[in-house]
Amino acid sequence: MEAVVFFVCAAAVIIGALGVIAGRNPVHSALFLLLTLVSIAVLYLQQHAALVAAIQIVVYASAIVVLFLFVITLLGVDKQEAPDDAHPVQRVAAVVLGVLALTGILVLVHGNRWVTGSPSARGGLGRAETGNVETLAKSLFTDFVWAFEMTAVLLVIAVVGSVVLARRSGHRAEAPVAEVPVAEVPVAEVPAAEPAAGERTPA
Amino acid sequence: MIALAYPDHITATYYLILAAILFTIGAVGLLVRKNTLVMFMCIELMLNAANLTFVSYANALNDISGQVIVFFTLVVAAAEVAVGLAIIIAIFRRRQSVSADDVDLLKG
Repeated sequence: MEAVVFFVCAAAVIIGALGVIAGRNPVHSALFLLLTLVSIAVLYLQQHAALVAAIQIVVYASAIVVLFLFVITLLGVDKQEAPDDAHPVQRVAAVVLGVLALTGILVLVHGNRWVTGSPSARGGLGRAETGNVETLAKSLFTDFVWAFEMTAVLLVIAVVGSVVLARRSGHRAEAPVAEVPVAEVPVAEVPAAEPAAGERTPA
Repeated sequence: MIALAYPDHITATYYLILAAILFTIGAVGLLVRKNTLVMFMCIELMLNAANLTFVSYANALNDISGQVIVFFTLVVAAAEVAVGLAIIIAIFRRRQSVSADDVDLLKG
């Protein structure tokens, strides 16, 4: 049973990942990404990580994919792309490099050695029937509390940064080409000997 | 040990191999695609491969910190998506395109 669930989910993960990079329509790529993320959540459940699986569904499969779909439809790029997406040589080189990287990682996996069943100083997994939320929370708020506080700082920075980047108003955010050409207006009024100091010129 | 016969028990090695394949697909997609939105999705694939590795080792080593790290990865991914999509929107306003080939001002 465990093996059946694993192989079905692994097939879904790989099909979804291939669909992400093969889809011509960004909406299709986002939906294939959803398939991958949900399948990975099932694999988390199988490895006694119930809370992580729930958060994977809530944060990744819901929030992030919806954000992707929102931006795709907002920008109006939900249409088929031209098939000549990458240069053929570039594509072959990317696949060759990918196979090499995969071989390297698999050699690392083959060479690893671990001792199972020996909890570290951080504590064991806490495999209760009700999940390991309590163990996880205890570790998060004791051993990792400093990193936890830093994530709050990171999120605040990200929110402020995305608002600053995406807002439309403000003369610095706009392209100079969108304005009236600066050279037209001052030439008639300002004497020719005195260049307009500090005036921005179109790049 | 890499043994891919049909198993009666799924060890951590299977999850690690799956994570390696997922990471490679994401990396190849990042190199091949030119749509910046799809490139971002490929970054998400690679982050998920790393998360799957963390959870697999947490299970194999019976150590809770692997699962705690996944939380921080999730936070970083969420922040990265928010900022990255804002950058894509800002680029789209200037260039009317989401292709990475159109952002070549530094190419010289």
